[in-house]
Parts: sequence; structure tokens; C-alpha cells
Amino acid sequence: MLTQIAYALPFLAQGFALTLWVSLLVVVFSLIAGVIMGVGLVYGPIPLQWAVRIFSDTIRGIPILVLIFFVYYGLPAVGLHLPSFWAAVLALTLFKTAQVVEYLRGAVGSIPRGQSEAAMAIGLTFRQRLAYVIFPQAFRRFLPPWINGVTDAVKGSALVSLLGITDLMQAINQVIGRTYEAMPLYILGALIYFAVNYALSLASRRLERRFSFIRE
Amino acid sequence: MSTSSTNIPALLDVTDVSKSFGTVQVLRSVSLQVARGEVVTVIGPSGSGKTTLLRCVNFLESYDSGSIRIDGKEVGFRETGARQRRSERDLAVMRAETGMVFQSFNLFPHLTAAGNIMLGLTKVRGKSRAEARTIAEHWLGRVGLAHKADSLPAELSGGQQQRVGIARAVAMGPKILLLDEITSALDPELVGEVLEVVRSLAEDGMTMVMVTHEMAFARDASSRIIFMADGGVSAAGPPAEILAADTDNERLRTFLARFRASHF
Repeated sequence: MLTQIAYALPFLAQGFALTLWVSLLVVVFSLIAGVIMGVGLVYGPIPLQWAVRIFSDTIRGIPILVLIFFVYYGLPAVGLHLPSFWAAVLALTLFKTAQVVEYLRGAVGSIPRGQSEAAMAIGLTFRQRLAYVIFPQAFRRFLPPWINGVTDAVKGSALVSLLGITDLMQAINQVIGRTYEAMPLYILGALIYFAVNYALSLASRRLERRFSFIRE
Repeated sequence: MSTSSTNIPALLDVTDVSKSFGTVQVLRSVSLQVARGEVVTVIGPSGSGKTTLLRCVNFLESYDSGSIRIDGKEVGFRETGARQRRSERDLAVMRAETGMVFQSFNLFPHLTAAGNIMLGLTKVRGKSRAEARTIAEHWLGRVGLAHKADSLPAELSGGQQQRVGIARAVAMGPKILLLDEITSALDPELVGEVLEVVRSLAEDGMTMVMVTHEMAFARDASSRIIFMADGGVSAAGPPAEILAADTDNERLRTFLARFRASHF
């Protein structure tokens, strides 16, 4: 049994690499899109606020599985054919973006208005106020929910296996299909997911401590 | 109106400024001139528009009509064509010409005392970090906090924080300093140290407009006092005239009587 699993390890490693790759893409894309849209939600003109609000509420109201199938099986109906890998990345990114928007709104919204005013009063432009005054303070509040969201993204990436993408989950299922050793392989899989997410939690706690000096 | 009737153009020229929040009119055709080096105190009951007026001067609030000029330049609106708000960049440039000190200090909690002062110097004034540090240390020295340069705001007392707030504003080299009830959030025993700093700036010839409830300080430090009521200027003149108990202005007399009753 162990030799069979050992034999499958390179294959599992490939799946694991794909899991990390999907997670990384989703986390990076959703961070960029979510922060931009979140700033639009907090500071933008009313129509933009509405657009972001509708996007966020809609996406968060749809189960992620439905979103994945919608992007992969639904979008071709309107002429948009995405390879399964990018369909999965797009669906997960949309889902994650809506969450990042809310984390950002919460974090930035918690900064007292006087901070923006003091920054205006010394002549900082909007971008400078965000970069040097608002974001550094909001970061500490943004980080814990966001890292939570990152671990969710890693776990949620297992759903891409439903589109036939050979990520860690799919690789495990395929090895089980050949070896009929379900329990040890699922335990191995669980341990790998846990190791990644636990490492993220530790990193998060360390970062939070580093920024805990900021008090209002 | 002693100083404002001279021929020298006013440094701050507020003309017929009106402003409403929704249906509530907070400023009614306010006009006010402040000459270079003058210290003008604005007093009045709460809700009389004092703070709003101050906030309009550096365009933290927009004004609906009228004009506010600093050194001849319109603060919030473009000077050619139709009344149009200045661009974000232009507004930032205009705001850097006025210093503002807030009731609640509003120091940046993630930056040290020196860092608070250096931010505007490096990002707005384009100074190097070394230059900015030197200027920050100079002003921290002026407010008696040279030894606190590397302290975070949370490590400072209220009075110390407010002195850093003043240093942050004046270090930018503003043409005019706006002080918005800067001692109202302080414990009584910390008020003196902050007012002392304001007094020394006044002696240096810094032009100031302040909103305050410290009548004794207003009397001693101001060249002129403006009494606002219901969004308009109700009385203006030298301190001795405005703060006289037997003034003809009914509203002012009521305000002062109430004020004396609660403070002495």
C-alpha cells in the first residue's frame, strides 16, 4: 500500500502544485479587483457605489459551485468559451473579489473621518491619502479576515476538480481510483490542505502582531 | 473694524459666503477679512456656523455661494468661466497653503510625532527625508516636544498630541493657520500648554483664525473677535469692545452672560 502511494507521490505533487497555482491566481486577482472596487464602493460617485454594491451582493448570494458551473457551462451560451482552468479561476476570483470588497469596506470604514481630513489639510491628494494615511491603518483590520479568505480560497480551489482539472483533490481521487486506498489518501490530502492553511494562519498572526502598535 | 479697513489687501477674504446642509442654512452671507499677522477669534453659540466657516476656508466643506480668497486666490473653485470645483490636485495645492488644527487632534496613529510632521513635508513639499526630519525636529522643539520625536501619538498625552498637531500644521509653512476648538477635547490642566504654543506663534506674526471657547485667551491673544449667531456675523471688533458686558448687541450679551454663568 505504502509503495503504491509512494509511487503516486509525484502525481499528487503535480496536483498540489496546480492547487497552489489556482489559489495564488485567485488570491492575487481578487485582491487587486477587490481593493479597486472596494475603494469605488467607499469613495466613488453614487452610480459606482451602486454598481459595486449590486455586484458584491449578487455574487455573495450565489453558491460558489453554481458560480463555477455558470461560468463554465453557462457563458458559452453567450459566446464566451473559456478553457476549464480559466473558467474555474474566473469563477473563484469573482467569488473572492466580492468578499475582498467587503473586507476593504469594513477596514477603511473603521478609520475615523478625521484622518482623511487631517491628510487633506496638509495637502495630500486622494491617492496619497489612501497610500500614506488610510491603507496603513486599515491594513491591520483588513488582514485577519483577508487571510481567512485566503485559506478559504485554498480550500475552495478543490471545487475545480469538478471541471475535471487535476488539482490535488482530483489527483487524490484518481490515485484512489487505481489503488482503492481511500482512507490513507484522504488523510494525506487533508494533512496537506491543513499544513498550507495552518502556515497561513501563523503568518497572519505574526503580521497582526507586527501591526498591533497602531492604536487610535 | 480696525485693521480690515486699511488699504492693504486682506490675506483671507471671505465675501458673502452661504452654505446649507440640506434644508438647514448654516452660513448666511458671511463676510470677513483677515489681514496678514492678524489673530482673529470666532466665538458664538454652538450651531452658529463657526466651525463650518473654518472648514470652508480650507475647503474641507464646500460653500454654495460667495467667495473665499487666500492671498487673492479663490480657494475651492476655478476662477475662470462658470463656478466649477477645482480639481483634486489643485485643491490639494490650495489646502497646503492653510494649516488646520483639529479639536480631536487627528494625528496619524501609525506615524511617530516626527513622522506626522514629515509626511506633508516629503509628499507635498518635496523635501528629502533628512530635510523634513530637521524641520520636524525644529518645530517639535518649538512646541516643547523635541524629546518626543520618535513617540507614537498613543504614547503622548492629549496636550502633547495637540502640540504635535500644531507643529504638523505650521511646519508646512502655511499662509494662515486655522484652529478649530483645539483645546475643547483636553483636560483642563492641559489647556495652558497648548494655548502657550498658540500665543508664541501669534507673537511670531502667524496669521490665525481660531474658534474657541477660551474667552480669557481670546481676549488676550486676538486682534479681533467675530461673534457669530445663526450662521451670520453678528458682531465684530477688538476684544475689549466685543467682550464688554454692556454691549448693545442683544444676542452677544445673552451669549456672554450665559458663558460667564457657566464658566466663572
